[in-house]
Amino acid sequence: MNVAAVFFYLFSAIMIASAFMVIAARNPVHSVLFLILAFVNASGLFLLMGAEFLAMILVVVYVGAVAVLFLFVVMMLDVDFAELKQGFLQYLPIGSIIGIVVAIELLLVMLGFTQSDAALGAGGAPIQANMSNTEALGLVLYTKYVYLFQASGLVLLTAMIGAIVLTLRHKPDVKRQVIADQNARTRADAIEIKKAPSRAGV
Amino acid sequence: MTDGWIIPLLIMLGKSFLAISALLIYVAYILYADRKIWAAVQLRRGPNVVGPWGLLQSFADMIKFVLKEPVIPAGANKGVFLLAPFLTAMLALSAWAVIPVADGWAIADLNVGVLFIFAISSLGVYGVIMGGWASNSKYPFLSALRSAAQMVSYEVSIGFVIITVLLCAGSLNLNDIVMAQDSKYGLFGWYWLPLFPMFIIFFISALAETNRPPFDLVEAESELVAGFMVEYSSIPYMLFMLGEYVAIVTMCALTTILFLGGWLSPIPFAPFTWVPGIIWFILKATLVFFMFAMVKAFVPRYRYDQLMRLGWKVFLPISLFMVIAVAGVLQFAMAQGWR
Repeated sequence: MNVAAVFFYLFSAIMIASAFMVIAARNPVHSVLFLILAFVNASGLFLLMGAEFLAMILVVVYVGAVAVLFLFVVMMLDVDFAELKQGFLQYLPIGSIIGIVVAIELLLVMLGFTQSDAALGAGGAPIQANMSNTEALGLVLYTKYVYLFQASGLVLLTAMIGAIVLTLRHKPDVKRQVIADQNARTRADAIEIKKAPSRAGV
Repeated sequence: MTDGWIIPLLIMLGKSFLAISALLIYVAYILYADRKIWAAVQLRRGPNVVGPWGLLQSFADMIKFVLKEPVIPAGANKGVFLLAPFLTAMLALSAWAVIPVADGWAIADLNVGVLFIFAISSLGVYGVIMGGWASNSKYPFLSALRSAAQMVSYEVSIGFVIITVLLCAGSLNLNDIVMAQDSKYGLFGWYWLPLFPMFIIFFISALAETNRPPFDLVEAESELVAGFMVEYSSIPYMLFMLGEYVAIVTMCALTTILFLGGWLSPIPFAPFTWVPGIIWFILKATLVFFMFAMVKAFVPRYRYDQLMRLGWKVFLPISLFMVIAVAGVLQFAMAQGWR
């Protein structure tokens, strides 16, 4: 057994264990932290396969940004743990049925999956020996798959605009900061000097 | 069984040990320098009691932290509470695995070195969030929320700034990025000049990313006492401080590599090029830190909405525009055959 295999089993074991803990942990914040651990181990697996760019992007995007926002929301939940525990048994049958159905479907897909010779021939340009995998990815992403790449960008843009439209509320009586007005203030229109004679009051 | 990996492992461990010891001693004096510079700007003396000119102050502080009793609040979430400072210190130190301090002098010469540092620094926010949440107290919690929003916002502009540098250097490897700045113009060939506005944006975003003043709203003492560190004492507190300062030194080193030509000599001819690269590197990183310290001393703290505005409405559009502009110029230059 070489070093890579040891690390493969290490990352995989930690990843599966932490994925299990995501649903088993009673505290939702702990669940998110386990989810993050699972992401980090997944990026470790990517590294072992030589996909260093994907590994780093996984950490930057999922762990560094998406999971932070998850944690942000989950931290602010006011959870009653006793109530949560009660609900667990109630939903266990239906949850396990859904789980089993999904597992069977996945198995069917995997067992029935074959790759045609034509697809094998057409798919994927091989990486040249002296090229880093970031460079290789960039070369196909912006040439061969440029339309798909742009389309996925558009999908994300639509989702972003949708989220903004859904949550944007214009409340009429909120005082807002107008930075241009603040910067445009001068001493002359902000300060007024009055002569206050002593002992005479204002 | 042993396919020749024990000796590389030992060499790696030795290098790591050397790098971490050197880094910790550097951080001890950076802390001292920070306090001294701040004091000098305010016409105070600063630490001057322990050792000659107070030079041993940081070590005295360390001994004090180690000897104190760690207090864990009764309502705290114990595991996460203790994990947070360790995570902060560990992540901050691990970024140094890829930083080359001289030509080829890095523990790991990764192809994606820049991305590695970017990923590690984006993980730094977890120490703050976990510490703030696990303390189970109001000020730390507010601080955790602030830091989550702040660090995510400034990471975006840091990311775009890094992309402009990558476009010019054509590599994600830190060693190659420095070598790409090697030209006959010396310090005028480094990327701070051709990418000038990005250098400033990177510097300011680095301040925000490491929670340095004027962006230290995470631990604003006038509002939040000490933010996420309120409930910490003893060694966990020391680990937070250590993580914070190591992250600052990392950002100084990254600025040096991306914009100030790493270990290259500023004047590209004989007597100056004989100086070992690591000396130039340390001098440059220290210069960047000096700027960090001066900013801390000069600039009043930002208001929170101003901080968000600066990140999203000023830096993001400028850096996005610069990415497109730099890519356009490079493409044009390549089409003309200038590169």
